[in-house]
Amino acid sequence: MVPFAGWEMPVQYEGVIPEHRAVRTDSGVFDVSHMGELEVEGPKAHDFLQGVLSNDLDRIEPGAAQYTLLTNERGGIVDDLIAYRLEAGRYLLIVNASNREADFRWLKDRELPGSDVRDISDEFALLAVQGPRSLERLGLEEAPAFTFSEEEIDGIECMVNRTGYTGERGVELLVPAEEGPALWDQVLARGVKPAGLGARDTLRLEVCYPLHGNDIGPDTDAISAGLGWVCALDKDFTGADELRRIKADGPARRLVAFEMDESGIPRQGMAIEGGGEVTSGTHSPMLDKGIGMGYVPAEQAEPGTEVTIDVRGRARRARVVKKPIYKREED
Amino acid sequence: MAAPESYPDDLLYHPEHDWARIEDGEAVLGITWYAQDALGELVHFEPPEQGATVAKDGIYGEVESVKAVSDLISPLSGEVLAVNQKVVEAPETVNGETYGEGWLIRIRLADPSETESLLDAEAYKALLADQ
Repeated sequence: MVPFAGWEMPVQYEGVIPEHRAVRTDSGVFDVSHMGELEVEGPKAHDFLQGVLSNDLDRIEPGAAQYTLLTNERGGIVDDLIAYRLEAGRYLLIVNASNREADFRWLKDRELPGSDVRDISDEFALLAVQGPRSLERLGLEEAPAFTFSEEEIDGIECMVNRTGYTGERGVELLVPAEEGPALWDQVLARGVKPAGLGARDTLRLEVCYPLHGNDIGPDTDAISAGLGWVCALDKDFTGADELRRIKADGPARRLVAFEMDESGIPRQGMAIEGGGEVTSGTHSPMLDKGIGMGYVPAEQAEPGTEVTIDVRGRARRARVVKKPIYKREED
Repeated sequence: MAAPESYPDDLLYHPEHDWARIEDGEAVLGITWYAQDALGELVHFEPPEQGATVAKDGIYGEVESVKAVSDLISPLSGEVLAVNQKVVEAPETVNGETYGEGWLIRIRLADPSETESLLDAEAYKALLADQ
């Protein structure tokens, strides 16, 4: 167990690699109850969120969800989150644990009359069940990604969200906190393997989902981070002007994915020759080699570009690759 | 894959969780069961060059799991005669065959009397019990 954002979190159960493989080939469950839940309600909730979130909530109907960013005036990323459109005038935001309080304050400070933000994180447990066999294990039907519904699993009422952080088919189950332990036991009883923070990191990195605090943050703008696709630059939101300018000028550096062509495992903070830096790195269990993401000058960002990473004093060759690094075979 | 905990009696141990098997003025080196268990499944072994000199208590390479990297501390001084290529290619060998196929390097001892400073299995186990 390790401390993480005020929580005691399991890094691994059986081991990072077997847990990773379980999620890629069958199913695994992560207790992500540490994540924050903020509810935004009121006749002005929609207008308020449209002004602070980068993506366009008008693109989704009630019953759907959207990956989006909370941006600052510089176009930097206060947090990345998923917004769930519950009903007219009511939204749920699921945010990173380490940013829960910062997000809440950020939103409170900007609230419009007719919108109310509440931190309801302590009321909920959240279990992410992920993997090609996850739905079958849970007895759930297929549904489009980024939708949600109320369903009962072994007698426990869950908000079933078709979302995740692994690149696999799967769900995230939101339940009242007191139901969390029973749901965890039921999910395990259905043959899903417990998985920890270690596998969560290797899984998300193989599919190039950014980790806030590593790959993105208040000082990295959304365009350079490759998140322009969640920025609706045709609407007005905090930092939109700056993001339009960066997009028009072309960013000076870009967040890229890379694979090692030589042995060695890239890690956060290692220098990439030419002025870049590794923001996340690990050993990919599926590719059996070092992989990572990092910022490089724009001229080095094209897939296929060879780069050199300083692995604790040793110059090791790597190659910029298209995201995601790992792709499911059936895709 | 994981082997049960063991610390063979015929080996000498360094407090930094390395073992040495002494054979006619040479030594085979590796990491202990405790070290491989703490790291988890190994995914990388950064070996020294053959012919390089290693110093007692000095760093001669690195082993790495998904979650952590660890320096390899040489229990003895000498010249590197061989690197275990099997572990370079399949680092997880160390987890399953810690004291056999999972050896890391073989050295020619510069000063055989250095072995007197190392721990026997009982002393090493006592050290682990205190941690």
